[in-house]
Amino acid sequence: MMEFGFSISPSSTMNLDKVDFSLYERLCEIEPDAKKCMACGSCSATCTAGQWTGMSVRKVLLDIQRGKEAEAARLLKGCMLCGKCTMVCPRGINTRHLILSLCRIYGEDEK
Amino acid sequence: MIDRFASGFDPFVIPFLIGMIFVLGYCIIGAIRLILQLDAEDKKKFFLSLITPKTIWKNIKDLFLNCLIHVKLWKRNKLLGYMHSSIAFGWFMLILLGHIECFVYMPHRVKLFYYPIFFNYFVAENEYTLRGAIFFFLMDFFLLVVLSGIVLAIIKRVRSRLFGMRRTTRPTLLDRVGLYSLWMIFPLRLLAESFTAHISGGSFLTIPMNMMFKAFLGDQMNMLPTWWAYSICLCIFMCVLPFTRYMHIPAEMLLIPFRNAGLTIKHARRGFAKAQVYSCPNCGVCIDACPMSIKKANIKDTTVYLNRNIRRRNEQRIEEISDKCLLCGKCTAVCQVGVDGPQMRIAQRSIRNYGLDQDYSGMDISAIKESVASEPSKDKVLYFAGCMTQLTPAISRAMESIFRKAGVDYAFMDKDGGLCCGRPILMAGRFDQARQLIHKNKEVIKASGAGTLVLSCPICYKIFREHYKLEGIRVMHHTEYMLELVRAGRLKLDGGAGSIVYHDPCELGRGCGIYEQPREVLRQTGELVEAEANRDMAICCGGSLGSLTLGFDKREDLTRNALHNLTVNDPDTIVTACPLCKSTFARYADKPVEDIAETVDKHTK
Repeated sequence: MMEFGFSISPSSTMNLDKVDFSLYERLCEIEPDAKKCMACGSCSATCTAGQWTGMSVRKVLLDIQRGKEAEAARLLKGCMLCGKCTMVCPRGINTRHLILSLCRIYGEDEK
Repeated sequence: MIDRFASGFDPFVIPFLIGMIFVLGYCIIGAIRLILQLDAEDKKKFFLSLITPKTIWKNIKDLFLNCLIHVKLWKRNKLLGYMHSSIAFGWFMLILLGHIECFVYMPHRVKLFYYPIFFNYFVAENEYTLRGAIFFFLMDFFLLVVLSGIVLAIIKRVRSRLFGMRRTTRPTLLDRVGLYSLWMIFPLRLLAESFTAHISGGSFLTIPMNMMFKAFLGDQMNMLPTWWAYSICLCIFMCVLPFTRYMHIPAEMLLIPFRNAGLTIKHARRGFAKAQVYSCPNCGVCIDACPMSIKKANIKDTTVYLNRNIRRRNEQRIEEISDKCLLCGKCTAVCQVGVDGPQMRIAQRSIRNYGLDQDYSGMDISAIKESVASEPSKDKVLYFAGCMTQLTPAISRAMESIFRKAGVDYAFMDKDGGLCCGRPILMAGRFDQARQLIHKNKEVIKASGAGTLVLSCPICYKIFREHYKLEGIRVMHHTEYMLELVRAGRLKLDGGAGSIVYHDPCELGRGCGIYEQPREVLRQTGELVEAEANRDMAICCGGSLGSLTLGFDKREDLTRNALHNLTVNDPDTIVTACPLCKSTFARYADKPVEDIAETVDKHTK
């Protein structure tokens, strides 16, 4: 086949009816503030780690809301917990604690 | 003196013996357990300290001054100090003199464990005794001293405000049993010795009491019951002691040598940490000191309750208390036994299980390294602003301006973004992750070849000073560095800043002990006034990263209280040396809030 330097990107379609939301639900149980997020991106804009590891609280929350747990985990691993996102959050979400809670509930099922 | 009884024994000593053997056994086994719980390095440190003359002397001095005289309490409040030292030192002297008395008059009885305690029951005075009448006088004198302390203790229980304490803890049921038995011991001793004073001799207290009792009681039968009661009270006190707040008495005797050996908390619940928990006297001084306890909120989240819940193994409460704390360290500054509240809490946070661990190993930081890399030079300065200064860029701009004015050869390590210093993640109890960040940052600093590292954030400064181990590089907070520039004449201040109040940031003041350097700079910048509570008593701004769970909506009262404390002398400007304090205060202050770097930059000639 001829190579033109283009390829078809993998589909990013997701069927929200079939997605497993258990992680998001569990998160909302212990951090009800997670629902307050309006995805403004202030957290991502100030993030110290974002530049180096791709961490973004906004993306993590969106990923979890779409059931993309593995992707969220990859981002969370880069967090440096400096707390700047908490200080700039216009919704007053304690994002630093939210990140810690998420790190805790990952792998809770295996126990 | 002669023996009244050939056997030298009476059944009433049995309760005392039971209590004494129990409490001694419990404490010795407990101490051995705590020592065994230390890791190998700490054990070595501890045993070495026990044979090093310098630490031996320090141990003896600290034990005497803290456990018996309660010097720290005297400094805080004279009444509280007198109350504690009269009971502790008085009781100690009673025991010591009792033994000396026994040794002088009845050397053949010294081997009997109980004899010196109940000396006055077992002996009868004869014509030779008077030569030692000074003992009788001293015994009565110290008994009076202890009794005066007990009277104060009873008053304190009813009105703690008279002793400068607004809030205190509620004693538990066993605490009360211990407390009341402690109160009863000394009046009963007085009664018992008074009833026997005509036989065994006595002094200014017991002899008149004996005569008075004879006038209306006249019955020898009162003698034995009071000695029984005295012995039983001692027994009750000693039997409940390990389960009450009075455990701090023996525990502090272990904590002081531990601390002098230079141990740190390595495990949340074992060894040194456990010694701290048991040394907490539950006095509740930390409640009034805690910045979170303003408007009666969060009282149950203070260090005293952390210690209580660790003793009760209430895991849920331990977690809540340790996560909420701002780690400002004020409880430690006021604590009489030196329980390290922040370190205890960080240790509790470190034993959590996380399903996901941060990992920065794959992170590529060559861009930062390249941007600062240069030939090693002693005169070169590397400036690290840190995350919080990134949020308040006025500070880093002022710092750059100061560097230029003073003609410093500097490099800005995180001008285009840098890594976190690792302190926030360390405060969250995740030591391995902090270590990784430290390692990464160290690579950059080494590559820069700078001889001095300047930091404008006390949070960074603390971890750089304590954990980075940068050999050959001076680590300085910008307040120290500016003072150096001013002293060297490279920076000239005009002194026209008006009146300034300086806020001591927790991490810089209590955390690193830097109080004078910023003040000296500010005295040359303007007229320095002091806050009501300053230096190690400064009040946390409420913005601390130490707390994991306290939301920003709940911190307003804390900040307003800290601001109120700062503005008592009506200054023109509030100056601090921490970007986090600055942004926190700026939210609610009605006066301009500046970082010291901004003030200095504005007022250089």
